[in-house]
Amino acid sequence: MSDMLTAAFLSALISGGILAGMPLLFASLGETISERGGVLNIGLEGMMLMGGYTGFVVTLYSQSHWLGLLAGAGAGLITALLMVVFCVRLGLDQIVVGIAILIAAGGFTSVLQRAQFGTTYPRLDAMSAVEIPLFAKIPVIGPSLFAQPAIVYVGFALVAVLHWVLRSTNMGLNLRAAGEKPEALDAAGVSVTAVRSIAALSAGAFAGLGGAYMSIVGAGIFVPFMTHGAGFIGIVIAMLGRGRALWVVIGSLLFGMSVSLTTALQLVGITVPIDVVNMLPFVAVLVVLVIFARQAYLPAALGLPYKRGIR
Amino acid sequence: MVATVVTDVVSTSRAVVRGASAAKAGTSARWAWLWSLGQAIGPILLALLVSAALLLALGKNPLTFYRDIVSQGLFNKGGIQDTAIRMAPLLLMASGLIVAFRANIWNIGGDGQFLLAAALVAGAGPPLIGALPNALAFVILCVTAVVVGGGWTVVPAYLKARYGLNEIITSLMMTFVGVNFANLLIKGPFRSTTTQVPQTDVIPFKELLPRIPGTRIHVGLVLALIAVFAVHYVMTRTAFGLKLRVLGANPRAAAHAGLSIPRLTIVGFMLSGAFMGLAAAVEVLGVWGYVRADWNPNFGLPLFALVFLARLNALAVIPLVGFYAVISMGGHFAARQAALPDDFMLMIVGLILLFMTLTEYLAGRSERGGYLSAGLKKALGKGGGDE
Amino acid sequence: MTNGTPTHIETMTSDLLQADGVRAGATAGPIGPAVEVREVSKAFPGVVANDRVSLAFHHGEVHCVLGENGAGKSTLMNILSGMYKPDSGAVMVEGREVTIDSPRRAIELGIGTVYQHPTLIPVFTVLENLMLGEGVGVRLDVEGGLRALDRFAKTLGLEVDPHAPASRLALGQQQQIEIIKALWSGSKVLILDEPTSMLTPQGIEELEKVISQLRDEGLAVIFITHKLHEALDLGDTVSILRGGRVVGSWGPDVVKTKSRSEMQALIVGAMFGEGAGSLEDVAEVRDGVTGRARRRGLPNEPVLELVKVSVEALRGEVGVHEVDLTLRRGEILGVAGVDGNGQRELAEVIAGQRSMVGGDIRLCGESIARAGVGRRQSLGLRYVTDDRIGEGTVGTLSVGLNLVLKRIGEEPFWRGGRIREEAIDQAACDLVEGFDIRTPGTETRCGTLSGGNLQKVVLARELSFDPKVVVYNKPTYGLDLKTTLAVRDRIRDLAESAGVAALLISTDLEEILDLSDRIAVLFRGRITGIVDNAPGVERHVGELMLGGDRGD
Repeated sequence: MSDMLTAAFLSALISGGILAGMPLLFASLGETISERGGVLNIGLEGMMLMGGYTGFVVTLYSQSHWLGLLAGAGAGLITALLMVVFCVRLGLDQIVVGIAILIAAGGFTSVLQRAQFGTTYPRLDAMSAVEIPLFAKIPVIGPSLFAQPAIVYVGFALVAVLHWVLRSTNMGLNLRAAGEKPEALDAAGVSVTAVRSIAALSAGAFAGLGGAYMSIVGAGIFVPFMTHGAGFIGIVIAMLGRGRALWVVIGSLLFGMSVSLTTALQLVGITVPIDVVNMLPFVAVLVVLVIFARQAYLPAALGLPYKRGIR
Repeated sequence: MVATVVTDVVSTSRAVVRGASAAKAGTSARWAWLWSLGQAIGPILLALLVSAALLLALGKNPLTFYRDIVSQGLFNKGGIQDTAIRMAPLLLMASGLIVAFRANIWNIGGDGQFLLAAALVAGAGPPLIGALPNALAFVILCVTAVVVGGGWTVVPAYLKARYGLNEIITSLMMTFVGVNFANLLIKGPFRSTTTQVPQTDVIPFKELLPRIPGTRIHVGLVLALIAVFAVHYVMTRTAFGLKLRVLGANPRAAAHAGLSIPRLTIVGFMLSGAFMGLAAAVEVLGVWGYVRADWNPNFGLPLFALVFLARLNALAVIPLVGFYAVISMGGHFAARQAALPDDFMLMIVGLILLFMTLTEYLAGRSERGGYLSAGLKKALGKGGGDE
Repeated sequence: MTNGTPTHIETMTSDLLQADGVRAGATAGPIGPAVEVREVSKAFPGVVANDRVSLAFHHGEVHCVLGENGAGKSTLMNILSGMYKPDSGAVMVEGREVTIDSPRRAIELGIGTVYQHPTLIPVFTVLENLMLGEGVGVRLDVEGGLRALDRFAKTLGLEVDPHAPASRLALGQQQQIEIIKALWSGSKVLILDEPTSMLTPQGIEELEKVISQLRDEGLAVIFITHKLHEALDLGDTVSILRGGRVVGSWGPDVVKTKSRSEMQALIVGAMFGEGAGSLEDVAEVRDGVTGRARRRGLPNEPVLELVKVSVEALRGEVGVHEVDLTLRRGEILGVAGVDGNGQRELAEVIAGQRSMVGGDIRLCGESIARAGVGRRQSLGLRYVTDDRIGEGTVGTLSVGLNLVLKRIGEEPFWRGGRIREEAIDQAACDLVEGFDIRTPGTETRCGTLSGGNLQKVVLARELSFDPKVVVYNKPTYGLDLKTTLAVRDRIRDLAESAGVAALLISTDLEEILDLSDRIAVLFRGRITGIVDNAPGVERHVGELMLGGDRGD
């Protein structure tokens, strides 16, 4: 009997952790790229909302989850275009522009949602899970880890790709140089603007994908401001991950689990007030920040606009 | 496309400003005044323009929408008083932001500081006002709010001062925690036994802050205006204000000049939070008399745009807050008429902020000076602490 | 690091040059210039940095471009390396007119640059730094990179660990990596911008060997410097820039035939025009600067004593380890050393900006170890920082406020916490006049002043209100010659006439030799020796700068 409870508990914890952790994973992967390239993307949450709304609408009308996810990534990318023009090209303040995007995107998606659906919140069909043969049969962790919608596997594949890009490609080297010492990259004959633009756009696409995952796969509905700080947790995960893709995965899943912990606890008969549930991930972030305060490493030129000839 | 149009509009208005001043060949003071005015108004107009385009796209009439805002927020007798009442907490919070931003402290957690203070004031208010003379109760409640608001900044302030951790992130995390904590309090110990919906007990209307004679406007507005002037005086005329400004403009120069950066950071941060708390006390004691669970007016974020537009000048904030109060009170009405959410106003504010960076760029930072302290960028990259 | 005899000339020729069909050797006969600028002009707001500059740089030749700070040397170099676009004029490479609109284009045209400020990324390994920007294909070609590095290291006779982070290398090694980086993509022209500014005398010798080796291979080397003797030592051709114009240029035919002193006279005449006579003993102009004898009348009583002072090494720094120093009244104690050996840490711990992990600091016999910056300041211990823009001044505040920046809240400028503008203005006006600060007014924002005037603001603030001991950190760095002279005169006068002791930290050895009574040498955060200043002392100081255990 108690074995069953533990199994159910663990299973709920893991699958809940993935459910809540995937948007964080996408967002923090995006922020990792952006931060490595020297662009601090405070507007990440806004981009998630844009992706979440667009992905939801596209899925609703096309009935294709994949199209929706793609559209979400696209919407994030287009929003990130603002960062590219304002911050990378014109060298404007990344924090102010980021906050502007955060506020404007939040308001914008809320307005669109109301204009389109009034006060109703249509629901999407769940995305079908893909079982990985054999692995899905492993007790406890099998069904929760290896019977997930395919986008989850895509997410983990993206982690591997990012790891490879950062470590072993010219692009990865350029990206890190743009964040550490853009003048060195410029002197080496590579356009800082181009590299940082790519970084900012990828961050937008990843954030949009994260938002779309949240509305399409996670919740099945879109509610204004549904990200509820996930973008900022993503920023913290990226800061603590210090550009190491594996750490970003671990961080995202741990935070995801802290969200699903309460759901899992309910399974074993412990109820927790909803406000405590909502508070938990943020308390977790603060605790982690207090403990690892010294470890958070940011690239030397993060947040600094680059202009040739100005040192 | 949009961007080029915007650029055209801005450069035209810039040329107009230049032309006007050239024509008058007047004093440079008048020139600068006009310039700042143009730079404050330009982004607002642009944001309203883009929002109008969105309204059109949604099949709403933007002229009706804006007319509703103005007629309700400004030209309706009750409406303008509502607008003035709304200005009180906004001015106090803006003062708090100015103190922080001048010192290069990004206190983004104003909403959490506000709500937690509001919950405590609303929870402690009814019994206290019943037991003590009103004036004394008000003072005690305001002090409580100030302490709570200021106290909620201690964690981000300490992490920034000690480890150079980015306070944008930490103060925002504290906001999320604070908002939920406030809810817990309202649903728990402060919950009224007389209502179905979770909320605090209600302070009777006649026991709220006294009104300015002949109006519905409570004296909190006077308090807020005094606070704004006081902040302006402190920031421009006193040694403490200058120390905060030096810290904000160039943290390394502050260390070089022997200023204690950790202490200034913590004091500045707490002062900022204290204003947020005071704003909550004024709003609860002057307007509502209670706080409902899940109530969050989200005053904080829109204020960023206004404070920047005012170039962190406390006096210039007054008309801008007035403008926003009109938008926010009138907008509530207009949005309901148009079947849109209040978040429409949030979008306008976001766009104002975005266009502000653009006009700032066009004006040329070196020529006129930026809205941001120069030290910010360095502080950002290095986290400030480990230089 | 250099193994002395170059035994790999053949390899090098084939590796670096043969593919392009350039014949090696300085004696290979007249071929067209590798790079040529014709009537190139470039203006910045308020300054014409290059005014119709025409120069030709030939293969197999070291071409020294000489001029003082602000003469337009760096602008010219930036035009060749693709950082700036000229306003007018033409740039020719191998006889063809080209547009160098980006650093990439410069690299493609075979122009490699070693910038004055290091461009290595500290957290990158040597190999990553070298491969940055190579950009062929998606994958990093680590094996290819290693092979290429091996080849370069062999030809130049260097030993390099490809996987060491750049921040771990000594500055001389870092510069060798910078040179390899400039040559990485097969450059035929090498530009070196003030390459000796952070090297020891021994490091400079090694650099000179590498340069002559490259010259012998047929590269065109453009050597930019403000030091006359370097131009005389190295240049096959010497050109002088002054106020953005070429005011003199002598090819090998002249340089090789004239005597050293004849050349020197020519150059000084061109560099300084009619004022040359009075400027001739300036360190930068003098040939082969050497120390001067210690002044008499010393020693006086000690005013500043450092006893086993240690500072924790922060990221990327060396810290300070058990430093003992005694500074006496009226004395100028020079602290020599290559940049990055603990100079800033030492200056800041004395000023109180950094905490000590051990030791004691005494001012006039009293321990000030627990006193803060403000307290030390009012006791008469002053610090002239080397970073006048980054920490010495606040650009957005007025000149007046910057002049009282370290007295915020103090009488008579503040009373009861309230500002007294008349008092500040009065004091500021006096200082502006006394220190010859060129500013439109005391209300002017400090950020609009030139570097020289900013330095005067810093000096005015630190040297007023009764100083006893002043720590100068690179006090003339980046200043033009006239201001440099004025600053040095002030340091000397203050020490000699007012008895204000000076701790002169400088990476410019000539400055230290020129001003100091004694010279202490800082190496990796330790004092490796203290010597009396005297003619001929520079060799010994140079050895100490390398750690002191590297005698002849």
